[in-house]
Amino acid sequence: MTAHSTRRDPMSKGLAVLNRIASLPVLDRLNLRGPSEQAVYHGARVGFRTAAAVSRGFTRVPGKGAPVRPVAARESGIFDLTPTEDQQMLVGLVDEFAAEVVRPAVEKAEAATDTPSDLVAAAAELGLPLLGLPEDLGGLAAERSATTGALVAEALGKGDMGIGAALLAPGSVATAIGLWGDAAQQATYLPAFTGADVPAAALAVAEPYALFDPMALRTTARKVPGGYVLEGVKSGVIRGAAAELFVVAARLDDDRHGLFVLESTTPGLLIETDPSMGLRAAALSRLVLDGVTVSDDALLAESVDGYADSVRLARIAWSSLALGAMRAVLDYVGPYVKERKAFGEPVAHRQSVAFMVADIAIELEGARLATLRAASRADLGMPFAREAALARRLCTDYGMKIGTDGVQLLGGHGFTKEHPVERWYRDLRAVGVMEGGLLV
Amino acid sequence: MINLETPKKFRTFVEQAHRVATEFLRANSRKYDLAEHTYPKELDILAALVDGMGDSGEGQGAGATGVRRASGDSGDGVRNASNMASVLSVAETCWGDVGLTLSMPRQGLGNSAIASVATDEQLERFKGMWASMAITEPACGSDSAAITTTAVKDGDAYVLNGEKIFVTSGERSDAVVVWATLDKSLGRAAIKSFVVPKSLPGITVERLEHKLGIKASDTATIVLDNCRVPAENLLGDPEVHVDKGFAGVMQTFDNTRPLVAAMAVGCARASLDRTREILEEAGVVVDYDRPAMAQSAAAATFLRMEADWEAAYLMMLEAAWMADNRKPNSLEASMAKAKAGRVGNQITLTCVELAGTLGYGEDELLEKWARDSKILDIFEGTQQIQQLIVARRVLGLSSAELR
Repeated sequence: MTAHSTRRDPMSKGLAVLNRIASLPVLDRLNLRGPSEQAVYHGARVGFRTAAAVSRGFTRVPGKGAPVRPVAARESGIFDLTPTEDQQMLVGLVDEFAAEVVRPAVEKAEAATDTPSDLVAAAAELGLPLLGLPEDLGGLAAERSATTGALVAEALGKGDMGIGAALLAPGSVATAIGLWGDAAQQATYLPAFTGADVPAAALAVAEPYALFDPMALRTTARKVPGGYVLEGVKSGVIRGAAAELFVVAARLDDDRHGLFVLESTTPGLLIETDPSMGLRAAALSRLVLDGVTVSDDALLAESVDGYADSVRLARIAWSSLALGAMRAVLDYVGPYVKERKAFGEPVAHRQSVAFMVADIAIELEGARLATLRAASRADLGMPFAREAALARRLCTDYGMKIGTDGVQLLGGHGFTKEHPVERWYRDLRAVGVMEGGLLV
Repeated sequence: MINLETPKKFRTFVEQAHRVATEFLRANSRKYDLAEHTYPKELDILAALVDGMGDSGEGQGAGATGVRRASGDSGDGVRNASNMASVLSVAETCWGDVGLTLSMPRQGLGNSAIASVATDEQLERFKGMWASMAITEPACGSDSAAITTTAVKDGDAYVLNGEKIFVTSGERSDAVVVWATLDKSLGRAAIKSFVVPKSLPGITVERLEHKLGIKASDTATIVLDNCRVPAENLLGDPEVHVDKGFAGVMQTFDNTRPLVAAMAVGCARASLDRTREILEEAGVVVDYDRPAMAQSAAAATFLRMEADWEAAYLMMLEAAWMADNRKPNSLEASMAKAKAGRVGNQITLTCVELAGTLGYGEDELLEKWARDSKILDIFEGTQQIQQLIVARRVLGLSSAELR
């Protein structure tokens, strides 16, 4: 698939999405496969420090003219909680993908500490990497679409947060280049994302320090003639070992921050696997930058001004993924407490149990509305730092509350791997921990 | 298209409500907190202003009667209408003062009840009347199906007997909407609501409560002693439909719970706004981009409170938006009330703690808001009743299964 040179008219906006839905056979194909051939796993690589994946070698393309940017959505002036028809269609599809393909793949992916490559390919075929890109760059977004991104992440998170993160990571890199790259950077890197063979790619912001603050990074980009030298360690890097391309956040000499595009073959760049409490399928890694020299054009042209937004959009993305897992907990514990009997009747008939379920529903609703508000403000070009922070706070606190109550409601059974609640418990701890990695 | 901002057409109106809250309500807040049971005469001017805004359409249909669900075709598209205007304006006036908002003439909960279930004829007949609401009795609160006040049909009237407590504006209102049972043996289906003008013989205000908060609002005990109420003052259907249960009178709550959520949202916002100023004076500035844990404990606490506030505020808007668009909102109304009630209380109490003895003293209103907020997690259905409703709905359990 090649980049589109002409803008679609509004009538065909929905068709772009429909076209993607035409790849539904992907779902069928995966469903029909036997477990033995379902995936090729790389195997768990615990504690190994390796060279990064071999890159396809991105050919520098000289930029011509101004970069293409997504158009801000127009404010309707009407309070509304109804997704657009396009969004409903897309979310319906991703819901199905999450339930039929992602969820059944979770256990093996967790064991393998990676997301199966055919699942990644299926997500690419569905167009997930293109959601945040404007149509003129070969993407699917007619308008700025953080809300669409949030709804899709939520739907994927219902399947699995770890796999969801793995599937959204390449698109997040594409979105970053689309939002903050200049024409040359867009022309150099984006065609790979709009093509058939989407590269694994990761946005690396977090660092492994207590009280980590993305607004005061320890990773530095020191200016040298003709370029920068990057030093530091990044953590929470999604599928770092497989990634061909990284977008790395670093502190500049003037203490501002910027995003640098690095190919995996850049000398001085090492990957350390970093298996964590949860998000196992996201193959979390560390990226060690040891005197990595890059040229001036590695700095995404407008990323210094856009850096704070990148942090905020990542928070909305993680919050959205968490909302999916929170919903999964609610959907799972409801039937369980009605089924499980104690003292001669379903435990759901006890207020101490039933009120826990009520609170899950209440807090999920509040966190969801706050996340959607943050996303919709981003789309409208309004300030959204406050809303993104509050959504993250709610998803962190109540996501974890819901995670732990999910296990509690199942008692000892919840503690075993016979039920998925222990996984949601581990995954939901990630929301308050992760920074960067994803963008809506 | 998903958009959770204040509707464009309400923005000017919300700003007006905020100015009114500052000039009329906040300005008199401490005065009537100290002078419990004194009639806040400043409100007469304000009430006239609100009536005028309502008649001119400037009020966007907000107010106690804004909860009425219009009948007929809504036309295409998403509506932002009087339910949303009402919660937005109540949140603003309660930012000024909850007790004074509750004391606004002709804006009683009884007015909301009438607007929710009255026929068009009744609505016209009771227009301009200030109506309070009487459900609770000395021996029953949350279990409103257990009320003992009776209504016996006698010719063209019902004869009411019983005692009602916790009647907000019970002394000042023109009429009281009274819940009474037509036949105790038929259970909740036999409970009907009656508009009882205070001018009728047989209805008396016995006494006023001295309270923890919302002292500007009078809370009365009302006794009905062979009070003859015209039969046409029964709200809704006079027949007893055992199969329909409580539906008729309970419908009121779908409309009033978002309003109480709005009160908690407004009161908590007042505390947050003032606490932010006090913290800034103390050198603590809340940064939304830096992680809470990397900031001071006070800033982190503030962020957590503001996040809870945001959730309550948006859930309040959701419940009102659903009502405006004729979507059944019982679940969302209860969720909004549960969330706003509890976080409103937590936030106002925590703000006092953050401000220390400054917040505890009467020089500031923080201690007052922390007293006012408590009732908002109690009336129109306690926290626990909301959880019960939400749990039954989410789990699909009957009131017999989950008691």
